[in-house]
Amino acid sequence: MNILEMNHIKKSFDGHEVLKDISLTVEEGQVQAIIGPSGSGKSTLMRCAVMLEKIDGGSISYVGEKAAWTRHDGTVEYADRAKMHNLRKNYGMVFQNFHLFPHYSVLKNVMDAPLHVQKRDRHEVEEVAMELLKKMGLADKAKAYPYQLSGGQQQRVSIARALAMKPRILFFDEPTSELDPELTGDILRVIKDLAAERMTMVIVTHEMNFARNVADHIVFMEHGVILQQGTPEELFASDNARMQEFLGRYE
Amino acid sequence: MSVWSWLVDVATEAITMIPGLAGGLVKSISIFCWTLLFALPLGLLIAFGRMSKRKVFGRFHVIRSFTKLYIDIMRGTPLMLQLMVVFYGPYYLWGANIAGFRYPAIIIAFSLNYAAYFGEIYRSGIESMPLGQYEAAQVLGYTRGQTFFKIILPQVIKRILPAVTNEVITLVKDTSLAFSLAYMEMFTLAKQIAAKNTTFLPFVVSGIFYFVFNAVVARIMNGLEKKMDYYR
Repeated sequence: MNILEMNHIKKSFDGHEVLKDISLTVEEGQVQAIIGPSGSGKSTLMRCAVMLEKIDGGSISYVGEKAAWTRHDGTVEYADRAKMHNLRKNYGMVFQNFHLFPHYSVLKNVMDAPLHVQKRDRHEVEEVAMELLKKMGLADKAKAYPYQLSGGQQQRVSIARALAMKPRILFFDEPTSELDPELTGDILRVIKDLAAERMTMVIVTHEMNFARNVADHIVFMEHGVILQQGTPEELFASDNARMQEFLGRYE
Repeated sequence: MSVWSWLVDVATEAITMIPGLAGGLVKSISIFCWTLLFALPLGLLIAFGRMSKRKVFGRFHVIRSFTKLYIDIMRGTPLMLQLMVVFYGPYYLWGANIAGFRYPAIIIAFSLNYAAYFGEIYRSGIESMPLGQYEAAQVLGYTRGQTFFKIILPQVIKRILPAVTNEVITLVKDTSLAFSLAYMEMFTLAKQIAAKNTTFLPFVVSGIFYFVFNAVVARIMNGLEKKMDYYR
């Protein structure tokens, strides 16, 4: 089953075309890594997927439900507010800069949206939240505030916050680029564990070795188009000159 | 006459003035409280208006322009003048009977004026919030109302509290401007006593009252700041 389907996505900022006709399909249980040089449109593609940016053309659907589509006159229509609210339940996102809520404790950061957006039962949510924090190695930090945590710990809280919503797909936008190598390892391990549990994930990353080890599908983007995609084996063995040049820099 | 007995005389005279001024102090405090009660929420509305992106006929930012003009007028003209316009305006414009309107006019004028200042303070706080907070909330599915009142506003309040304290302290002293409508708040009374007894003393006593009033206000605001110190 396809969790996410993006077809012929176009996006421009002030006349500059950042995404030129990009299509991306993510199946249930799949881990996809999006790689490519800075400015290639990776993050923009992800921000379009989670509706933080509006597309200029193409279509987006989650689990077969249309979120955005292009009308015959070429303009894009988004699903109405109520439907959008339901569609948002399908995905979660982990940001480069964590974006935790600084005035909430770690536990409240994780619990608040399940409680007040999804209106779930407090006991159930607290159980799930504590379970997730334990999994992230942060059970003893439940009462701490974000400013008291290291960057790596903050990022793990934000992963727990996203997972507490029980999304069917989780997006990571360069989750380790704000962290030093040691903390990066922590986050990558967490993502690897999630992959082992068959969590569907899309990860924008500059960690080539990680992409190679964890992803079962890699998408290489440049100048707003997908240059090549396939299994890690296929991509790393590619004879495409540009691919080799890019990957060569990371060896 | 020794310095000591002079001091005792002055102190005794000052103390006899306290009951007379105390009634005025109560009225000053009531102006202060009502103004805050109306101006703080109204300021939020003004901040929203000032930041509105809504266009009419696809190009005129009517709400934003109107709010800007309002703020310019409130900040650009004397509060004393605004007091007079609000109180005497209805009489000159429509010949309305304004006999019982003195106190409401004072509260309205103060609230309208302070809301403009509070509005700009709110705006400075709201615009200083990182975009990431909105984005995280949006992806988590918070509604716009939830995002503002649960995520944004609490952090904004922490950020703007020092600026609000400044404004609130100014308000304590500005209540004395109600004398221009001959309202019997503390400063008006001080002036009357001073004129009747040809003495400077009531001004000193009322000065002490304002000072103590503000010390209390500053303490309360400081306490609020401390209360929000639990996060950064």
